[in-house]
Formats: sequence, C-alpha cells, structure tokens
Amino acid sequence: MRLELVKRSAEARFLVFASPFIAIAITVLVGAIFFAAIGVDPGRGVYVFFIEPISAWWSIEQLLAKATPLILIGAGLSLCFLSNNWNIGAEGQFIAGALAGSILPVVFYQFEGPLVLPLMLVMGFAGGAFYGLVPAALKTRFGASEILTSLMLVYIAQLFLDWMVRGPWRDPASFGFPKTRTFNDAAVVPTVGPFDIHAGLLIALVASIILFVFLKRTLKGFEVRISGTAPRAATFAGVSNRNMVLFVFAVSGGLAGLAGIIEVAGVAKKLQPVISPGYGFAAIIVAFLGRLNPLGVVFAALLLALTYLGGEAAQLELNVTDKVTRVIQGVVLFAILACDTFILHRVRLVRRGK
Amino acid sequence: MELLEAFVLTVITAATPLLLAATGELVTERAGVLNLGVEGMMLAGAVCAFAAAVTTGSPTLGILAAMVAGVTMAAIFAFFALFLVTNQVATGLALTLFGLGVSGMLGASFVGEPGVKLAAIHLPGLSELPLVGRILFGQDPLVYVSFIILLGVSFLLKRSHIGLVVRAVGDNHHSAHALGYNVLMIRVAAVLFGGLCAGLGGAYLSLVYTPQWTEGMTAGRGWIAVALVVFSSWIPGRLLVGAYLFGAVTLLQFHLQAVGVPIPSQFLSALPYAATVIVLVVISRNRRLLRTHTPAMLGSTFVPDK
Repeated sequence: MRLELVKRSAEARFLVFASPFIAIAITVLVGAIFFAAIGVDPGRGVYVFFIEPISAWWSIEQLLAKATPLILIGAGLSLCFLSNNWNIGAEGQFIAGALAGSILPVVFYQFEGPLVLPLMLVMGFAGGAFYGLVPAALKTRFGASEILTSLMLVYIAQLFLDWMVRGPWRDPASFGFPKTRTFNDAAVVPTVGPFDIHAGLLIALVASIILFVFLKRTLKGFEVRISGTAPRAATFAGVSNRNMVLFVFAVSGGLAGLAGIIEVAGVAKKLQPVISPGYGFAAIIVAFLGRLNPLGVVFAALLLALTYLGGEAAQLELNVTDKVTRVIQGVVLFAILACDTFILHRVRLVRRGK
Repeated sequence: MELLEAFVLTVITAATPLLLAATGELVTERAGVLNLGVEGMMLAGAVCAFAAAVTTGSPTLGILAAMVAGVTMAAIFAFFALFLVTNQVATGLALTLFGLGVSGMLGASFVGEPGVKLAAIHLPGLSELPLVGRILFGQDPLVYVSFIILLGVSFLLKRSHIGLVVRAVGDNHHSAHALGYNVLMIRVAAVLFGGLCAGLGGAYLSLVYTPQWTEGMTAGRGWIAVALVVFSSWIPGRLLVGAYLFGAVTLLQFHLQAVGVPIPSQFLSALPYAATVIVLVVISRNRRLLRTHTPAMLGSTFVPDK
C-alpha cells in the first residue's frame, strides 16, 4: 500500500480559506516538537514563543512595528509572485530605499520643515523601485534569471550600506562608531492617534488596501493575475510581458524601499551597518501565507512579526538562541506550501498490485 | 613564481566548495528539479562537519556528518517539492531559511572555537616537486574528491544508461513515465545527490577554507553555485572553468588588499556577487544556447495521470 497524489477536478474551496490556518496550526505543532527536541518543555516553549509576546499592550506595539515593513514588502511581492516574477531581493531594495530616503536627513540635515518627511518617503520609494528595476531590466533585456540577480543585489546593497555608514556618511561625532548622524525631528516618522500608532503602519495598511482594489477592480490588476495563471493567453490579449516584469518589480521594489525608509526613520532614526533582521526574506513567507492577497498579507505579517518577538522572548526566558526565529519561519513556509498542494490535489490510497 | 604558486593554491581552496555544490546542483537540475536550497544545505553541511570534527577530533567523521546533513536537508526538499509537488522556487527558499536557522542554532555553542583542519595529502617525493608538486600532489582529499565527482558525473551523464535516464526525466517527464521509468524516484535520487555534494561543499568551508564556524559562513556561495550551473549551460566540464574563475575572483579581493589598492574593502567583497550578475547577463544574452541546453522540465512539477 502507498499514498499517491491525484489532481482534483476543481479546487477545494474550503481549503482556499482554511489552508493558512492549518499551516499555522502545523507550525505551532512542529514548534512544540522542536522545543521538546532541544530540551525545552514544549508547552512552555509554545507559550513563550507564540502567546506571551502578544499578552501585553507594549508588546502589541512591538508587534505592529515589526509587522509594518512586512506588510509593505509582502503586499508588493504578492504582485510579483502572482505574475510569476520571482523577486527575492526585497531585502536589497529595502536597503536601497533606506539609503535613498536618508539623503535628506543625513546630507542636507539643515533642511527642516514639514516637507522633509514626505520627500524622504518619496525618495525611499524611488530608491527601492530603481534597485528593483535592475534585475527586471536584466531579465527583459538579456533574459538573466531574476531569482539569482535580485538575490546577488542583496549582498551588494548590504556591503554598500556598510561602506556608507563607515565611510562617507559616518557621523563625525560618533567616536568611530559606524552610524550616521541621528535624524532631526522633522525627519522622524511620528506616532499618531490616541493609541500612539506608528504612522508607518497606517501607510502600510493604506498601501495594502490600494493594492487589493488594484488587483480586484482594475484592468491592469487583472493583467497581473492573468500573466501568472495563463501567460500565453495574456500575450494573445496584448499584455506586454516586458512591461509587466518592469511594472511589478518597480512596485514591489518601491514598496520595499518605502518600508526601508519608514523603518530607519521610525525606529533607529539613523543608518547602521545592519538595518533589517531579514524583513525582505520574511516578507516572501508573508506573501505566500497571505495567499498573495494584499489584505491577507496584513494578517500574515502579524504572524511573521510574532516570530521575531517570539525569538527574542525565547532567548531571554528559555535560554534558546534567537535563531529559532529563522527555523520557525522556514517551517511556516514549508507548511503553507504543503497545505496549498491539497487545494488542487487529494491523497489516494493505492493497494499493491493495482 | 612563488607568488603564482601561492595564488593557484588559494584559488583551489576557494573554488573547491563551489565546484562540489555546483556539481550536485547540476545533476539535480538535469533531472528537471530546481533546488534553490543549496545555500541552506551547504550551511547544514558546514555546521555538522565542524561540530562532528571538533567533538570527535576527526575531520573524516566531520565529512561524513556533512554528507548526512546535506542528504537530510535534500530529503526535506524532496518530500515537499517532489512528493507534495510544492512550488520548487519557494520550497528552495524555505530550505535556505530553515538551513540558516538550524545551522545558527546548532552552531551557537561552537562560535569562536578552534576548528580541526583537514590535513593535506603528502606524497614523499612527489609533493616536493618544484612548482607543480604542491599543486598537483599536496592538496587535501576533498579537492581530489571534487574532481572525481565531476569526472564521474560528466562521464555518467554523457555515456551511461543511468545518465540517459536522468536526462530523459529532466527533458520530458511524460515520455520517461510512459516508458516505464519511475520519474519520482529518479528525481529523488538526483536531489539527494545534490544534497550530498552541497554538504561536502559546506564541509570544505568549515574544515579547510576557514576551519571555524561563523554564522552564515557560506556567504552566498550556495547561490553562486546555482548561478554556476546556468553559466555552465548544464555541461559538467564548463563547471570547472566557472568554479575556478569564481575562486579567482573571490581571492582577488585579498590579493588586491594585500598589494594596497585603494579600494574600500566592501567593494572588493562585493566582487563575487557583481561578477555573478555580470556572468549571468553575458551567458543569458545567448538565448539559443540556453534554450537548447536548459533541461526542458526544469522546475515543473510532475503528477502522473492515471
């Protein structure tokens, strides 16, 4: 006897909605087994990692702060993945946006006023979009695999940032520490409203709503979806594949860049050699867990943000290294991919000899 | 002359891990499977090799541990991408993230510990020959292994029945299935072989190249290995050229720094990555070459129709 996959005649509607939740349940279960394997009481491990970080208001604030870049990047990547373009270099576009957006507060720091922050955001978006267009152009012009080129550009961006904060942009008053001058108040993303919600979160939510409407209600959005599911039909319908590649890379790169400048102008308020704990890669998982739907991405981003807080909590309370975050993130992606298989396939038991 | 000898010797150490990992990935891809988790498999190999070698004092056991680690990681990939027909690109990414995390956890207690170096072979007489002695007869065993694997793969793919079957599965899985070949099992075997080689590549990093464990020490070499397979246009012999070319580029940074070229070190460190992008662009411009050589089923999933 053995098990075999068989294609379903139609997709399983129930699973389309349920699979992210099943994937999360599997992740928690695997997490418990994992904690047991490294000698931590599984119940306590799961509690510290998944529950405790969201049991207090201040840690919810942390969660939302970490979810902000993930929403922005994940929503943009959804567009890419829907149209079958593999931008896995969002981490580099995040850095490019942070660098471009920091030109004003670092180089032209005398310039103050209400215009500073909006300009920074625009420049951040432009920087990320430009950096995202590099692998896109290499793909459309030369046919180079965007998977590999976009990833290589991550390493290059990281090294460039490292050089900038140790070299040309180093704060002269930093006693040799590799960091830029601290942004002045006009260049900091504020908190708004009665609950001190980070304004970046609002921008992220607005962006994901816009993208959701764009995908569901506009012709261009329809073209994005059709180029992924039926590329030949798209070509016959007159959708230029070249323009589509450039478009989705510009949007996803731009949003990653926006996330980058919001992160540095909202959290650290300066540039440092490392400005992201791998948001660009975690956002790939966010996009898949959110079913490549910009609104789904919002919820998926909260879960991935939780894995960062859970890792910190595990390090503090369980004496487990925070690398556990990466492990759990990998498990989430494996789980959601596996669950998605059963939307289009079912398992059949085959008896020997048949 | 001594400088040249030193350069060649260091190029060999920089090229060997790339060559090992790329050879494995080439076989995987010739069977039609795109495993982008090479970076994760190499990391798992590196950390297990280091841990096993340090705790037992035997680099040989370290190499064995790396092989087991690489194959285990590849088995995870095979389970998802082949049995559960998940998207191969995304599954490979998941494997890399998972490998980064797991290796970081396993290696946490080994950071900063002195490693065990895999000793070079010494053949009395031969290894002392001027100029070529150390280059040809004084390498560590893994260098020779990398060449043996490459030669074996090259020969088997081109001239043996099993190679023909692997290529058939990679070029048209429906025909191979119709002919009675077990597409799934052949692909699983190819993926596991890829994991074995990536594990060896990782072991080379933590036992020879820099005998210590640092987190994420592969630094993108797994991805460069994937790029090398494209560069080789899936022909094993060309991998050798690619891997040694990249080995030389990697070392250029150290030599340029030693000579005192006034370029920031970050720019020199970026050289291999920039070179990868340039090489991909140059090779991809020739679309006909790629179209004729790319395994036709690369990255596509296979569920037999009943």
